[in-house]
Amino acid sequence: MTILVIAEHDNKVLAPATLNTVAAAAKIGGDIHVLVAGQGAGAVAEAAAKVAGVSKVLVADNAAYAHQLPENVAPLVAELGAGYSHILAAATSNGKNILPRVAAQLDVDQISEIISVESADTFKRPIYAGNAIATVQSNASVKVITVRATGFDPVAAEGGSAAVEAVAAAHDAGTSSFVGEELAKSDRPELTAAKIVVSGGRGMQNGDNFKHLYALADKLGASVGASRAAVDAGFVPNDMQVGQTGKIVAPQLYIAVGISGAIQHLAGMKDSKVIVAINKDEEAPIFQVADYGLVADLFEAVPELEKLV
Amino acid sequence: MKVLVAVKRVVDYNVKVRVKADNSGVDLANVKMSMNPFCEIAVEEAVRLKEKGVATEIVVVSIGPATAQEQLRTALALGADRAILVESAEELTSLAVAKLLKAVVDKEQPQLVILGKQAIDSDNNQTGQMLAALTGYGQGTFASKVEVSGDSVAVTREIDGGAQTVSLKLPAIVTTDLRLNEPRYASLPNIMKAKKKPLESLTPEALGVSTASTNKTVKVEAPAARSAGIKVKSVAELVEKLKNEAKVI
Repeated sequence: MTILVIAEHDNKVLAPATLNTVAAAAKIGGDIHVLVAGQGAGAVAEAAAKVAGVSKVLVADNAAYAHQLPENVAPLVAELGAGYSHILAAATSNGKNILPRVAAQLDVDQISEIISVESADTFKRPIYAGNAIATVQSNASVKVITVRATGFDPVAAEGGSAAVEAVAAAHDAGTSSFVGEELAKSDRPELTAAKIVVSGGRGMQNGDNFKHLYALADKLGASVGASRAAVDAGFVPNDMQVGQTGKIVAPQLYIAVGISGAIQHLAGMKDSKVIVAINKDEEAPIFQVADYGLVADLFEAVPELEKLV
Repeated sequence: MKVLVAVKRVVDYNVKVRVKADNSGVDLANVKMSMNPFCEIAVEEAVRLKEKGVATEIVVVSIGPATAQEQLRTALALGADRAILVESAEELTSLAVAKLLKAVVDKEQPQLVILGKQAIDSDNNQTGQMLAALTGYGQGTFASKVEVSGDSVAVTREIDGGAQTVSLKLPAIVTTDLRLNEPRYASLPNIMKAKKKPLESLTPEALGVSTASTNKTVKVEAPAARSAGIKVKSVAELVEKLKNEAKVI
């Protein structure tokens, strides 16, 4: 068995989610190859070659792949991947965008967002916003799978010495083009990679009040998230949303502030190691999953917490 | 311009689902069913395109049991012009659904197909991308803004860490994210009118599509429950516990 892992990157840096995906590949077992499709992504290929457990890195360097347009990248992955037993990608916005297109081109069903590997053909994945866990078996010749990063501890980024090989294949479907990108700039760690996450909900009352959470987060070296209620109310942008329809996080410590604990939010954070809930409503469902609950007015508790940590 | 919208009948998002005792699936008996929330956003976007004069006809399609007619009627009440039901009693994979939608696309020749980014039951997030692969069209997934101009559509997409805009040649596939729009409610007169709008029933056989699958669900279990912890009385006690008991700060 040989497994092809699609590298997640921005042409400069290999994203940490790739290490979790390689970890899932290692659980399946067999040779692991990594595909870096991009433009001028030499540094990414070098980083991928050092990842523990990777035996070969394929580099497809072409302007058509610069922005990970699925119309161009999917045919490349389908062409290269047809000879592999498994094709894996992180369940990031790129992975979710590209991989189903690959699966359809190969005429196989995809298995989305696996959280565990039971055997080489059987995997577990959450359905119904995490309210049920399905065990799914695939008899496809090539198993096409996206991997939920929080389900697998990352492999070491150093220690490997894989061969790097160039791939000539150029696919430019000509049906799509990149126009622009607006990325939120932040000095705080990325939500899905942070060891501590502080999240606010509707109880924050407005976007300005999130400054209390930013202050606490900066003291703790934490990232800041939000519930869908806070996003829908326009307090903060959607990319801060933690939940089934947003980001799935599993940090060492998750501090939920003014969050009631809707099912859809719990699905995004219930795998956190330690959960703290601060809410003035002692009946809030968030307390049913919290290791430490504090019934208090968040506008008093959060500044006090910031002083004491 | 003709717009095709695909909708799915799913468990209402307010329902807390329970796993069946024999682990064969989720108990759907006597549970409230609704249109998938992301599909509601897809219908709304199509209706807005028609109100702007960009779309001339909205065809709504669902693939599922006979009861999915209810969701199609809802879409008709919201502003779709006619409906197609591809009736299938069995549970289909995203690839099978994409193949059926491809057959409907071949028949209807829409310039734009709008789908929800994922259904809240299977949580697959695959169908739109697969339909794009099968038709060879460009795809604008997780859309927060859709602007048609001439023979192309600009789609702003929600991506990790921000937003990306791509331009797609028409015909194209768009899948909706939460912030694309806020769906309206159907008015009573429109619900009455929707009953008279045309609804065509088809079958996978009639469309000549095989719905065979390479995936098999072996079992469905309830997730490991997380037990409630303790209530602390003060911020000071919380900090003490986090430092000395949980050792996370």
